[in-house]
Amino acid sequence: MSVTVKIPTQLRSVTGGESETAVEEATTVGEVLDGLYDRFDGLRDRIAEDGGLRRFVNVYVGGEDIRFLDGLDTAVDDGDEVTILPAVAGGQ
Amino acid sequence: MAIEALKCKECGTTYPLEARYVCEDCFGPLEVAYDFSGLDAESTRRRIQAGPQSIWRYSDFLPFDSQPRTALAAGITPLVRADRLAERLGVGEVWVKNDAANPTHSFKDRVVTVALAKAQELGFQVVACASTGNLANAVAAHAAAAGLESYVFVPADLEEQKILATGVYGTNLVAVNGNYDDVNRLCTELAGEREWGFVNVNLRPYYAEGSKTVAFEIAEQLGWELPDRIVAPIASGSLITKIARGFEEWLEVGLVEGQLPKFNGAQAEGCSPVAQAYEAGRDFCSPVKPQTIAKSLAIGNPADGPYALDLARRTDGGIDAVTDDEIRAGIKLLAETTGIFTETAGGVTTATLAKLAARGEIGPDERVVLVITGEGLKTLDAVRGSFETIDVEPTTESFASAAGVGAVA
Repeated sequence: MSVTVKIPTQLRSVTGGESETAVEEATTVGEVLDGLYDRFDGLRDRIAEDGGLRRFVNVYVGGEDIRFLDGLDTAVDDGDEVTILPAVAGGQ
Repeated sequence: MAIEALKCKECGTTYPLEARYVCEDCFGPLEVAYDFSGLDAESTRRRIQAGPQSIWRYSDFLPFDSQPRTALAAGITPLVRADRLAERLGVGEVWVKNDAANPTHSFKDRVVTVALAKAQELGFQVVACASTGNLANAVAAHAAAAGLESYVFVPADLEEQKILATGVYGTNLVAVNGNYDDVNRLCTELAGEREWGFVNVNLRPYYAEGSKTVAFEIAEQLGWELPDRIVAPIASGSLITKIARGFEEWLEVGLVEGQLPKFNGAQAEGCSPVAQAYEAGRDFCSPVKPQTIAKSLAIGNPADGPYALDLARRTDGGIDAVTDDEIRAGIKLLAETTGIFTETAGGVTTATLAKLAARGEIGPDERVVLVITGEGLKTLDAVRGSFETIDVEPTTESFASAAGVGAVA
């Protein structure tokens, strides 16, 4: 079982330039992120605080904001795509 | 000049003045930082008064080293005293800042003219945006005037008027099967992959600065005075917070005196994440799925929501939400009392003012400015069926009988 994670430009300095990576053995978004934190030094400080995500970080599973799902407890399946993006875009 | 750097609103980290919008340390939004200590009030005022009839008269407060020349400018829209509206609402003094009177009929011309001037300075050949319509119109038009290629991404279910009024400028119009937040997410991803200037993504710190000119114009048009209260719509929350910033900068430089007005934000109930957070006493916004006729305000995940909440609270203002029926009534109220036909967003704002008046929150001596951001012709569906025509044969008898006015003696 494997989940694809898309990394935004702003985080690629800590992922060694990787724009996409795969996480095995994760059943929730929280576990996917934990897998990334183990692999990439400094990533946790950039996007997480107090056990949750920083308020300007958006995470999507299959294009849906996890705040409409179960947050970090949102289940992920084999082949799912998790996208991390900054929340500050917008203004119509 | 006064422009210094890009600075994170959350942690204060500074960055060079490039096409970037996110703090790499904390993911907070970046905004332009200035040093106004070199500006004295008198000479700045004279420079403004001698400036062009556009937002570029306020160049001292915009993110450029020298005054840009743009093919299609914006701003200097009318500030109209609305005595009949004030009378109808039972309040003292209301002014309407009519930003429908911009080149593409919304306040978006202000932010786009700033963003495109910056895009050209930074050397972008292609500009783009995620939009619910007004921004699409503005980007397509200003890009055409500047000779830049443009890509405009909109939700596929947008009002036909806004689609037609975008495509006519020869842009690459991309209709996305999703809502605005989907469009926004797509553009945020694309901005990381392409060397394009997305006006409301990687150029957003500059783009947002254009909204300050609403405040500058209001103050100048009121004879270098501040109003007591501003009622403005909230979508992403950028406009209302930048209007406040504009007043704060002029207070700092000494161009105006007094204190920051009260700020009242207006949202549609069908997309009111900021109003809900205000009501619940929260300092963050939970995203919502928009369901409202006010499509130009339908951002379910407002980037500047926390800052709009803070502004409403610290100025003793507030944030209200109004129903679709109240929005339609707001459009009619403004039209019938001022002769100004606004789009649904303006209906939201007018209905919010009516609500504040009905609750008795507006003092008898207050000078209130209602910020009308767009043109009624863009959302005609909102008024369809709201009145009846008098159908007659081309005879005086038919007219007299149908109109019920009686025959002329």
